[in-house]
Amino acid sequence: MIAIIDYGMGNLRSIYNALMNVNGDPVIVSDSAKLSGADAVVIPGVGSFGDGMNNLKPFADELFDLIHDGIPMLGICIGMHVLFDWGEESNCAGFGLITGDVIRLPQGVRVPQMGWNELQIRSDSDLLSGINDGDFFYFVHSYYCVPANKHTITATTDYGVDLAAVVEKDNIHAVQFHPEKSSSKGLVILKNFVEMTRC
Amino acid sequence: MLAKRIIPCLDCDLGVPFGRVVKGVRFKEIRYAGIPWELAKEYDKQGADELIFLDITASHERRETMSKVIEKTSENVFMPLTVGGGIRSLKDARTAFNAGADKVSVNTAAIKNPDLIHEISKYFGTQACVIAIDAKRRYGREAGREMVDTPQGECWFECSLYGGREFTGIDAIQWAMEAEERGAGDIMLTSMDRDGTKDGFDIELTKAVSNSVNIPVIASGGCGNLEHILEVFKKTNVSAALAASIFHFGEYTVSEVKEYLKKNGVHVRL
Repeated sequence: MIAIIDYGMGNLRSIYNALMNVNGDPVIVSDSAKLSGADAVVIPGVGSFGDGMNNLKPFADELFDLIHDGIPMLGICIGMHVLFDWGEESNCAGFGLITGDVIRLPQGVRVPQMGWNELQIRSDSDLLSGINDGDFFYFVHSYYCVPANKHTITATTDYGVDLAAVVEKDNIHAVQFHPEKSSSKGLVILKNFVEMTRC
Repeated sequence: MLAKRIIPCLDCDLGVPFGRVVKGVRFKEIRYAGIPWELAKEYDKQGADELIFLDITASHERRETMSKVIEKTSENVFMPLTVGGGIRSLKDARTAFNAGADKVSVNTAAIKNPDLIHEISKYFGTQACVIAIDAKRRYGREAGREMVDTPQGECWFECSLYGGREFTGIDAIQWAMEAEERGAGDIMLTSMDRDGTKDGFDIELTKAVSNSVNIPVIASGGCGNLEHILEVFKKTNVSAALAASIFHFGEYTVSEVKEYLKKNGVHVRL
């Protein structure tokens, strides 16, 4: 069972539908007690860093246990941001599972970045199997993650800066774009994630 | 690099059980283009970057039908979906999001109650709130207006409501800047002078609004051929172009449009 955490942030139906489409077995979980026994966890999300952290707090203990047990985890957009130490938006601490900060997009570009942008693959990754340099994904965000350890960045995208589009650390996977909104290429990534739960 | 977006707009008549996509030819002859989610699937295959479903009916049952349309679409089509037309409250927005929409487009309700922009963006994120502006040229200098030079003379742009049947006295450029400040994520800018004419986008309007805000702007109204889309990307810095009829009746596929743009130096997703 792939638990999609329902913490009141945005559209869960699309990630649910997309995981179903690649033969996953998603369950939307709004009660932290129901997280135990999950084979994988997805933290979806749109909205603000501060609200995200507040709403996720009740899930924190179970979430940390599952990550500690090594089950695959996928954070999407805000669900990626909250894994870091600190967010400039809301000036608020994150879960600190990945060392680094989440800061505002640079001057000189339109904010939010909204639309399809290309990935540059930086290193081998099971999550990105079948994805090529230059494939497009759908981004919507005003802030971006700056991991302290650059080796955790497996793909970047260019929007005023070369920003971290995919960050991976052990069983934690995080994507800045929305795979559930990135048409066939997005489904490839979700399928790769579903495969990880079957190992 | 971020690609320029091509967005087919599906004008939906929701007065029938499954809804149908319609297109008025010069505001008169209404033609039926198909079932909304079937067209959506086709446009996904062709490489559309986003879809907008516009409710053009004003019946009570329409919300339920729109929910059905979005639910069915979001089961098979994995790209951003925007719902517009008749979104009057946070509750309407929530209904659309629950059905699977990623964004709502608000026009009249935001002008009548600007706080709604903040309410929607607070609950669903700024990216979820598209402000639709229907602008009409008004020639002649007026104090307090953002005046724009055009080949036809100096003009300002007035926001209209209900598809151009009512005028507000509000300056469209000023309203776009206010909407950005209040938390809008996108401006969907339609020229009422060009809408339905197939004479091309209103370049002066598009340029003026796009240069006044830092959020993405979608150009709309007047698209009749490939050259029009190229023109709006070459002459303005808009993020996206919206078109309806050129796609619905198979004049061009989305991929044909994108190949043409790419050949002419516009960065698109192919």
